Formats: sequence, structure tokens, C-alpha cells
Amino acid sequence: MRFRIRYSKQGLMKFIGHLDMMRYFQKTLRQAGIEVTFTEGMSPHMSMSYAFPLGVGMTSDSEYVDVDLDIPLASRELIRRLNLAAAEGVHFLDARVIEPGKANKGMNLVQRADYTLYFREGHEWEKGWKADFAAWLNQDSIMVLKKSKKTEREVNIRPLIFAFDPEPGMRCVRGICDDEGEEGIDPTASDYDAPPDLFLGLSAGSENNIRPELVMEAYAASAGREYSPYSFQINRDEVYTKSGDRFIPLIELGKTL
Amino acid sequence: MKKRLALSDEILLSVDKPERYLGNEGNVIKKDPSSVDISFAICFPDVYEIGMSHLGIQILYEMFNRRPDLACERVYSPWVDLDRIMREKEIPLFALESQRPVRDFDFLGITLQYELCYTNILQILDLSGIPLYASERLYKKSCRPGSLRTDQTKREENSDKQGSSRETSERNGGKSGFSDCLLLGEGTPIVIGGGPCAYNPEPIADFFDIFYIGEGETVYDELFDLYKSCRQEGVTRIEFLRRAAGIEGIYVPLLYRPDYHEDGRLKSFSPLMEGVPVRVKKQVMMNMDEAPYMDRPLVPFLRVTQDRVCLEVQRGCIRGCRFCQAGMIYRPTRIRSLEKLKKQADLMLSSTGQDEISLSSLSTSDYPYLPELMDYLIDRCRPNHINISLPSLRIDAFSLDVMSKVQDVKKSSLTFAPEAGSQRLRDVINKGLTEEVILRGAGDAFRGGWNKVKLYFMLGQPTETEEDRKAIAHLAEKIAETYYEIPKDQRIGKCTITISTSFFVPKPFTPFQWASMFTPGDYLGFASTVNREVKEMLNHKSIRYNWHEAYVTVLEGLFARGDRRVSSCIAAAYRAGALFDAWTEFWDWDRWVKAMEETGTDLFFYTRRTREEDELFPWDFIDAGVSKAFLLKEWRRAHEETVTPNCQQKCSGCGAARYGGGVCVMPRKQEADDAFPVSEHGSGRNDCAVPIEKAACMVPGEAETETACMVPEDGMGGEAL
Repeated sequence: MRFRIRYSKQGLMKFIGHLDMMRYFQKTLRQAGIEVTFTEGMSPHMSMSYAFPLGVGMTSDSEYVDVDLDIPLASRELIRRLNLAAAEGVHFLDARVIEPGKANKGMNLVQRADYTLYFREGHEWEKGWKADFAAWLNQDSIMVLKKSKKTEREVNIRPLIFAFDPEPGMRCVRGICDDEGEEGIDPTASDYDAPPDLFLGLSAGSENNIRPELVMEAYAASAGREYSPYSFQINRDEVYTKSGDRFIPLIELGKTL
Repeated sequence: MKKRLALSDEILLSVDKPERYLGNEGNVIKKDPSSVDISFAICFPDVYEIGMSHLGIQILYEMFNRRPDLACERVYSPWVDLDRIMREKEIPLFALESQRPVRDFDFLGITLQYELCYTNILQILDLSGIPLYASERLYKKSCRPGSLRTDQTKREENSDKQGSSRETSERNGGKSGFSDCLLLGEGTPIVIGGGPCAYNPEPIADFFDIFYIGEGETVYDELFDLYKSCRQEGVTRIEFLRRAAGIEGIYVPLLYRPDYHEDGRLKSFSPLMEGVPVRVKKQVMMNMDEAPYMDRPLVPFLRVTQDRVCLEVQRGCIRGCRFCQAGMIYRPTRIRSLEKLKKQADLMLSSTGQDEISLSSLSTSDYPYLPELMDYLIDRCRPNHINISLPSLRIDAFSLDVMSKVQDVKKSSLTFAPEAGSQRLRDVINKGLTEEVILRGAGDAFRGGWNKVKLYFMLGQPTETEEDRKAIAHLAEKIAETYYEIPKDQRIGKCTITISTSFFVPKPFTPFQWASMFTPGDYLGFASTVNREVKEMLNHKSIRYNWHEAYVTVLEGLFARGDRRVSSCIAAAYRAGALFDAWTEFWDWDRWVKAMEETGTDLFFYTRRTREEDELFPWDFIDAGVSKAFLLKEWRRAHEETVTPNCQQKCSGCGAARYGGGVCVMPRKQEADDAFPVSEHGSGRNDCAVPIEKAACMVPGEAETETACMVPEDGMGGEAL
């Protein structure tokens, strides 16, 4: 039975790269005594897939991994066991059963991701930048040179910016086990003591993916503000797919068991 | 509460693999520094991925932390990118768990696993802001972190000091209580060294306050208790060291004085005061079932060199190969009980979630309950898709059968370590392995589906001739022929025989400690003899040959048998930029040549001259269990090409029996019966009439080691630090 698991990745875990995270998750499953289905063939490995790799340095409230279990567990039990084995900074939030199949693979579904940005100490821009930023967004087209390993092309990123909020509130994330007394931890509370500076909802996935850093760098260049890759501490808040006109979080495609 | 790291996000995100510096691995032990009396920074002076793979540190880490009054934290060498940043920004070296500066710890324990990490030891001290020389740590004076390579005045001050360090120690050791003497706990941590290289600590003796000789499980508690009481009493640092020297196995270099003959040889080596023992006795953990082992090994996020659970089945080796230091210094051979191992395997697998378990020992085939242990592990691991890796097995029907059960035959290669090409030379080195056994093992392996074989040899061994070197190529050819004798439809394509040769480095406490080495040019000549001969072979297309760095070998030779004067050369090379010498990308022979010239270090004297049988060696003050008389007897037998029986067959009186345990006290015949149920070959392993145990060591798959027997970095467990 295929489960979609949602977890947060905060604190020191932001330095753990995607591949190491995958290896870590397999160890967590073994420690938690969860029987994962293995693939057939010459070199059997755990049957699992990640929806949307997170860059090193970014934190997240919603990471998604799909995993096949030999022996299904109730959602709450699965989350409870995983949290007992979890590393500091990882908090398992939700697990739901999804339909197997290529179309339902997390990575094929991703259409949008939301981000909250915080200035790192010493990198803050002077007051008033937010109005300026809003005005910059209020254009029909923002052409940006997008570089990949092989290609370089000019892209209009304006249509790929779905939402923004210059005065976002504090993030709050809770999992399905978090109302049970001691396990109820707000996994985000420990890592950010300042209020957020900006919220962005951006196009994501295999087509038209834009990173929040790209947006901020483009703005900084146009506004003549200082920018470095370390200007912002960025948190990924949620990852969505599209259902009709609506964006819905990936977890909501599944059913609680 | 925000987690405070020693490094900023900007630094961590700009260096390679920030995971090395976080201290958030699975099963990490974090204690509040204010809640303990003693803080101990345990250090492997190489990069994280290497250091994290070391079993000994893991054992001591958990053992130390079981003391409620002690917090043990880990330190590794910062990689060169961070090293540069730390010097630029004057960031002091920190321990991973609490991210506190190492300088604030009570102890800094450094494991000495191979000679080429010696400059990294100086990096650790330098970045911590600890004066390099133990004698400089006795008095009030400051030292900035990372300053030794940049600060000109500091540099000169230090080079003055090194000359006078012995006099200083003598003066101070005699009369403790000078007004400028630091009290214990006031200055920098007590720097302790341990591990295989501590069996000749002299080349680095000036940098250490204490060496712990032998296995770490025995007297650390005594040392810690002494430290606590000395702190309470408010004694000086030197007074603490003086008292520590009274603990068995503890060597305090400051309290000894070497004197030399005019020709440079050691004349005498003696304690400077009463109460300091003339000889320092190696520590051995005799009851392996009572030895602490880790229940919850650390689980790194980064893929480290040994990314698996490691089960130490026994310590020591019965074989007695004459070149092998581990085979001598870990005597007597001691086993862990089967029941203990089963329980430990279960515990470690479930506490880590690792998908591989490796059996560790110098010669796993000699573990008496191996078949039972393998049955248990296969039952436990197979349904859970957990791999079992078996380094250092001898190739025989039993091991091939087991290996085909636990790993993918097609992917793995088998490794034999005959160490010498000819039977004559194998007899000289006491590698009781015959060509017949090698060919039979290879044949069995080929019929079992393997078609890749690796062969390890050493070049430059005592009495070695041109013919012995050529014999390496001939042996490889015979193995290839064995493969092509198999009918074509029963074999899988071509076979690949890979020959690797390293150059032999004589080590202290081995029968070959008297042997002479050669020049780098000679070594390369030896390798080219092998290379040319390989090309002459009929099946040369199936044989590959590679050889090790010759210059590195010579430097290892200098450190392995150097004396206290060599330390100035190490310090000079470090100041000139030497670091990570074990890494080819940072290796710079010219820098070392300059350092030797600058300090008057005579490479010929340490590596190539003839050592007479009665020479006093710098390491002779250590009582390593095996007697010098035994080693000398073995040195002579080597020249007579006479093989010595292994400990299982017959006691040869090496001296380790004094420890009163292990293989020395086991009834030989009965153990042999228990140990080796006759395998399909019916090789009669327990039959003492067979002169020599057949010992093809074998290393499967990726667990490549330089010699067949596990090399130290592969994890001789429980070694002091």
C-alpha cells in the first residue's frame, strides 16, 4: 500500500543534502520497525520516491515522500513511530494512502510551492523596500536570464509568481499527532525568532520551476540593492498540485487510514 | 531557543559538505557542559568521513559518556576549505556536540592510526590555540588559534622552544611549583595520544602530554579519577602529569630523557625522576565480553567510508606474519562470545537502521564460532535486506559458500593477500600460504561465479630478490590460467586479475623492526620489474598492475622508526604548509625534503642504515607484551626462511602469555575442535601435523584494504583512542 508522508525539515537538518536525506529516511524507517516493500530485481531497494528535492540551506514545513509498505499501518501509528525515531529537526506530520501509478507520483504532480523569506542578520534592506517590491511585481513582464547547467534562456517570470505577501504572519505547522500532549511540537517555532519578511507563491515542478532566490536576485538587480546567496533564510511552506482551478497541497490527494 | 553553531550559515553553506561540522548525527550524545566535571574532546586527525568510520573512537565515545561526570565530544580535521576560513577569521576549532572551543576542554585525545596524519595533529592543536609543544603548556602564556603559519614572531619563538623543550621539562619536572606554572585546568587541555602509532610515540612525543599505550578499555577511569582529585587539590599541570605517569600504561614524554651516541643512535632512555616507571606496560582488555561495546553507534548523514554497523568479533591475530604490527601488538588473541555478538548485532542494527553489518577482526576466519555466527546473521539480515560484509576471510569452501549467500557474486571481487610472490619469500615473512592453496581458492571462486580477483603484495621486504618480484607476475598468470581452464560455456567472459603492490615499511614491535628500507628510486625499480614481467605473461590482457607512491613510503618509514628528534621536521613541514599528507592531492615531497634539510633530519639514518641486533630502539621502553628476544628470534628465523607455527598450533613463547588469557590459555586441541568443523574440503585445519595453517586472507567487494588483514583505519576496536 502506498503512503504519502509529509514531514518538516528544520534547524540543522537544512544542511543535509537531498541524497543524504533519502538515505537517512531509509534508516529511520528501519529504526521505526516499519516494513517497507522492496523492489524486485538484481539490486532490491526500498520502493520510495520524493516529490520535490529541497536545496541545501532551505528549511521546509512540507516535504513529501511516497513509500510502499508491505504491512500497512494506520496513519497516526505510522507518524507516531516515525517521530520516535526521527532526528532532531525532522518532524513527521501526516501520512495518507494514495493511489499508485505514474500520474500520482509526487514529482509529476508538483505545480506550485510557497515560500517564506527571512533576512539573515546583516543583510536587511532599508525600510520601504516592500512597497518598491510590490511596484516591481506590478509589471506585465519581468524578463530574467535563467541559467541551467547547459542552457541559458530569457524567461518572463511574472506569470510564474502566483502570490506574494509583504507582511506575512508567523508560520504555524501542526501534524496529525500533535494534539496528543507531549508530541505536540510546533516544529517551526524553534528555528526562526524574527517575524518573516516576505511570502512568495511560485510556480514549481518539472516545467516552469522558479526558485525564490531567482526572484529576489532579479528584484535586487533591478532595484540596485545588495544581494548575496545568503541574504535570505528561506522556508518552503507547502507544495501544491492543481485540481481544476484550485491549488491543493499534495497530502490532500490521499486518504487518512 | 535557537541552536547556536560555531560556524555561521554563510560559512557552512560555502564549504564542501557542511554536514561534517554539525554534530547532529543519529544517536549523538549531548550533555550540558556545566553538568559534568570532565570534558573530553576525542579526535581523529583526518577528515570527517574517515574519522567517523573508526571503530575505536565509537567504542570509547560511548564508554566515556557512560560516566555521568564526563562529557565526551568528537573533533575531526576541518577540511582544507574550512581550515583556510578558520585561520582567516580566527575561529577556534570546536567540538561537534556542544560546538564549544576545544581549548576549553579538560582533555584532547587524539587517535594515532597512521603516520601520515602527523601534520594534521599539529593542525588540530594550532587551530585550537593550543601550543604545539607540551613543554609550552606548563606555563602562563597565550596562543592565538591558527597563528602558527601566519605570525612571524610566533614562528621564531616556537622554533627556539623546540630546541630547549627537553631542558625545560627537566628543570620543571624536578622541581614543581614554579610561580609561573599553570595549575591543572587553568591552561589548555591535557593532550593524549593513543592507537597503533603510539607504539613508537617518539617522533611526536614533544607534542603530547600523555600517551596511552594499549587498549583504551582499562585505565581511563583511573586517569579521570586522578584528574578530578588533582583539580580538587589544586595541583600544577606538571604535578598531575607526574602522578599520571604512575598509572600503568601511561607514558608522559616530558618525564623521560633520551641520550644519543655520537653517530646518532639512541644511547639511553630514562625517567627523569623517581616514581616514573622505566618501562611502560601495554594495556590489554582481557575479558572481551566485559569490554564495553557501543549499543547505539552514531549514524552519520554523510556517506562515510565505513557506512555500516561494525561488529568486532575478536581482537588480535594468531598468525604472526613478520611484517605485521597489528598481529604483534594486539596479542594475545581474544574472542568475544557468540551469545554476546548475537545480542550486540541485534542491538546495533535496530538502534541505527543501518542496512549493512560488517564483521571486524584481523582474521575473521580464525574466529571459532564463525559458522554459527553467520547462520544467525543470515537469518536475521536476509529478510530485512541487510547486507553482511566479511573482510579478512581466508578463501576456502566455507567462506565462498557464506559469501555467495550474503552478497551479489557478480558485483564483488575477491581479494587475496599473498604479500609475496614466491614461496621462499612467503616463508621469510611467515605468511603460511602456499601457491596450491591460493590456486585452489581462486579455482573454487571462479567456479562459484566470481571472475574478478585482486592480489595484494608488498615490495622491498627483507631478503627479496629480482626473482621474488617476478614471481608476483607468475602467480597472477597461474591464477588467470586457472580461470581459462574452466570450460568456456561455464565461465562469464574474461577474468580480471588486479595486482596491487605497496612498499614495505618496517614497523616497531615486529620481527622486521631491524630491516632496512630503500630509496624511492629503488622502489620504483622494483615496481617496474613487476610491471615488465606482467607484460611478458601469456594472459597479460587479463592482468592489471598498480603500485603505491614510493615517496610516501619513505616518509612513513621515517615516522615509523623515528626518534624524538624527528618532531622538529614534522613541525617544520607543517609550518611550510604540509597537511593531509595521506591525500595525494595535498602531498608534496619537496616540502618534506626542505623540512628535513632545514632541521638536519637524516633520512638515510632513519630508513636505510643497517640496524644491529643489539641496538637500543626509541620504542624499547614500551613493554608491548611480545619480548624483544622473541622478535629477534623471529628476525633470525626469517633469514633462515623458517616458518613459525601460529598461536593455535603451538605457543612460540612471544611473551604475551604473561597477560594470562585469550588464545594463550585456551586448550589448543579442544578449541581447534570447536573452532573448525571440517569444511567440504576436509582440509583438516585442526590437524597439527599439517605444518602451517593455510591462510589466504580475503577481502570481499568494496572493503578493500591494503593488506589482507584489516588495516587499523578499518577499525581495530577499543584501541586507546
